[in-house]
Amino acid sequence: MAEPATATQAAAPAVSLLKDELDIVIPTIRNLDFLEMWRPFFQPYHLIIVQDGDPSKTIKVPEGFDYELYNRNDINRILGPKASCISFKDSACRCFGYMVSKKKYIFTIDDDCFYLGFCYYGQKLNPLIVLMGDLDTLVQICVAKDPSGKAINALEQHIKNLLSPSTPFFFNTLYDPFREGADFVRGYPFSLREGVPTAASHGLWLNIPDYDAPTQLVKPLERNTRYVDAVLTIPKGTLFPMCGMNLAFNRELIGPAMYFGLMGDGQPIGRYDDMWAGWCTKVICDHLGLGVKTGLPYIFHSKASNPFVNLRKEYKGIYWQEEIIPFFQQAVLPKDCTTVQKCYIELAKQVKEKLSKVDPYFDKLADAMVTWIEAWDELNPTGPVPNGKAA
Amino acid sequence: MRTPPCLLSLTLDSAVHNLSNITDLSPLPDHILIELFLRTLRTGKLTERVLKLFIATGKDEVFSLIQALNIQVTVTPVLPTSKLMSLSIKDDEIDIVIGALRPDLTSFMNEWRTIFSRFHLIIVKDPDLKEELKIPEGFNLDVYKKPDIDRVVGTSTSTIFSGYSCRYFGYLVSRKKYIISVDDDCYPAKDNKGILVDAVAQHITNLTTPATPFFFNTLYDPFTEGADFVRGYPFSLRSGVQCALSCGLWLNLADYDAPTQALKPEERNSRYVDAVLTVPARTLMPISGINIAFNREVIGPALLPSLRLGGEGKFRWETMEDIWSGMCVKVVCDHLGLGVKTGMPYVWRNDRGDAISSLRKEWEGVKLMEEVVPFFQSVRLSREATTTEDCVAEVANVVKEQLGSKDPMFARAAKAMVDWVKLWKSVGSSTSSPGA
Repeated sequence: MAEPATATQAAAPAVSLLKDELDIVIPTIRNLDFLEMWRPFFQPYHLIIVQDGDPSKTIKVPEGFDYELYNRNDINRILGPKASCISFKDSACRCFGYMVSKKKYIFTIDDDCFYLGFCYYGQKLNPLIVLMGDLDTLVQICVAKDPSGKAINALEQHIKNLLSPSTPFFFNTLYDPFREGADFVRGYPFSLREGVPTAASHGLWLNIPDYDAPTQLVKPLERNTRYVDAVLTIPKGTLFPMCGMNLAFNRELIGPAMYFGLMGDGQPIGRYDDMWAGWCTKVICDHLGLGVKTGLPYIFHSKASNPFVNLRKEYKGIYWQEEIIPFFQQAVLPKDCTTVQKCYIELAKQVKEKLSKVDPYFDKLADAMVTWIEAWDELNPTGPVPNGKAA
Repeated sequence: MRTPPCLLSLTLDSAVHNLSNITDLSPLPDHILIELFLRTLRTGKLTERVLKLFIATGKDEVFSLIQALNIQVTVTPVLPTSKLMSLSIKDDEIDIVIGALRPDLTSFMNEWRTIFSRFHLIIVKDPDLKEELKIPEGFNLDVYKKPDIDRVVGTSTSTIFSGYSCRYFGYLVSRKKYIISVDDDCYPAKDNKGILVDAVAQHITNLTTPATPFFFNTLYDPFTEGADFVRGYPFSLRSGVQCALSCGLWLNLADYDAPTQALKPEERNSRYVDAVLTVPARTLMPISGINIAFNREVIGPALLPSLRLGGEGKFRWETMEDIWSGMCVKVVCDHLGLGVKTGMPYVWRNDRGDAISSLRKEWEGVKLMEEVVPFFQSVRLSREATTTEDCVAEVANVVKEQLGSKDPMFARAAKAMVDWVKLWKSVGSSTSSPGA
């Protein structure tokens, strides 16, 4: 039964957590009407909009939002020749937003959300459907409700995840011990109970799951209706496929590792931008003793992208990941890599050494990774110490 | 000509038709309520939910009707049994092993009856328990008491089976492929939909579907209905490996240690997490013995009674035996390329004991974990260890070398592990049955 939703139904949080410390990064190629629908949640925050595609097109931002907008010309102007590392005609361009942000935390989300105000009663959920689209097709994303009926503010849960420690060194069978109603179980060493800082929070998706093209083709009707009420730390030494659809991270801790690679126009591969960033990020987090969480919050993903289009973009990746994953699993970073940038440069070196033989693309990618770090450092210099000398 | 039905009759018929939309019957006058009840019965539409609606009106006539007709709220049907059939696991491949630390198992067995009664049970009485066991009728079971244990392993060895470790005797003498073991203070739990959880069926499902320890799937168990591997999961890793161990969880009284429970005496676990996931390779965790299942053929010897705290007691807070055993099992599984799953099924664990008085006893165990965890994280087994027994023997060796000097408890544990492997090899191959 469709009902027009009112602003009160999508009630904004009473207190906007971290509003001066978090940026919302949105890649877009069409328009930003979706922002109207997310207004109650997003208005308190600063937006960084990365406009992909034709820079002569004007993208209108709804009134009342505090934002910066960068199009391709801006990217070229700011980065000069280094702009080559930022993908064109692919949502991977969003990582430019990470680079120019001055805030501590980033939440990234895809564009084209319309608020249809659908209210239907699923098995356990009463989602309010909001239409969102990415660069290829329309994707509906709902502001979901949890089984108790409370509206999920995905951003709030991400912030909770990022602000509480992770526990990557020993698995807690009751999942996140810092959540209300949970704790460390018997046998968990006390010396490990303080945890480590959380660098990234990886949320999940209800309804259309993030499957690859072959799985989508084989199971076009499969829907994820299982609300798993858990957040957990991904253990050290374990890799995972990081999806960029519902992701938040601490830019100060891990920002330089969130490079979404070379995808889209002129590149042999697509739909692996977030995967690549995720593998690099996890290896670096493991090395530096940082945590990555996965699980809540859920967003409601309502329209799948075209599996045939996806297959064309992904198929190389499907073969390449058989080499890429063992590479990352075996990657060892030397002890003197004490910053994210140093770790990343080292990784780039290893990519060039070990993955170039898989395809010359990796040679280019390794160079782009280095360019990215150079650009990052240029835009984010470590400030001088109070007496004026460089740090 | 037949008299057309009166308006009231039509209304009642319509009400029966739309029972699923009705949430409150209390506004109805008594005589209409009774008539509605009878029609519901006649049309066969009396479900548990509808019955509850009638009961909620509080009307005496309804109650007396219910009593007169002997209507009972039935235990919700245990749905997954048909799934168990389709997995083509025969009931006789499964043993349910219960360590009895309390004498009166009547309510425990009765609560589990609908789930357990199909299977063979092995009940092992804690050799230290003096009272006679009380077990209700109607089960296919073997009971082992101290004299039986003495007879099988000898009186000097039988001490290793005291307390919670008595369940290991059951693992030793079982001849079945799968073992499911639950503490005697746990009852069946209900899931988020209010349906009784068939812990046995869920454990068996976990053990008979592959595990995926080499890469984390963000949608958790990809082999469960409605889920799959996500984008970015390498295809070569999608067939998974055999699952050797299934670790369940607990609602109500979670398996916290004594300090935690003492600090939060009111805390009860009410979060039902609808997931099973594989514990990644090389990741260690505290494996609780309260609710576990395993493939005895594949991993049997690695579940072992060996670490005994000086002050070990009869509450879980006062033991570490399962945590130690679990570390060994995980290391062995990682080495042999077997999987360990955690998550569902949940059991409902009853309140028992006083955390504060247990603090004194368990403190020792809590301190030990500081050594135990880094130790197991560093253990690497040799290429030559290709069987579970070999792996256990190697772990025992390393324990003796690296931990033995730090605390005599570890030296004793190492010896116990070696003895266990011997015991497994000898007893495991002969038949045994309880004495008269």
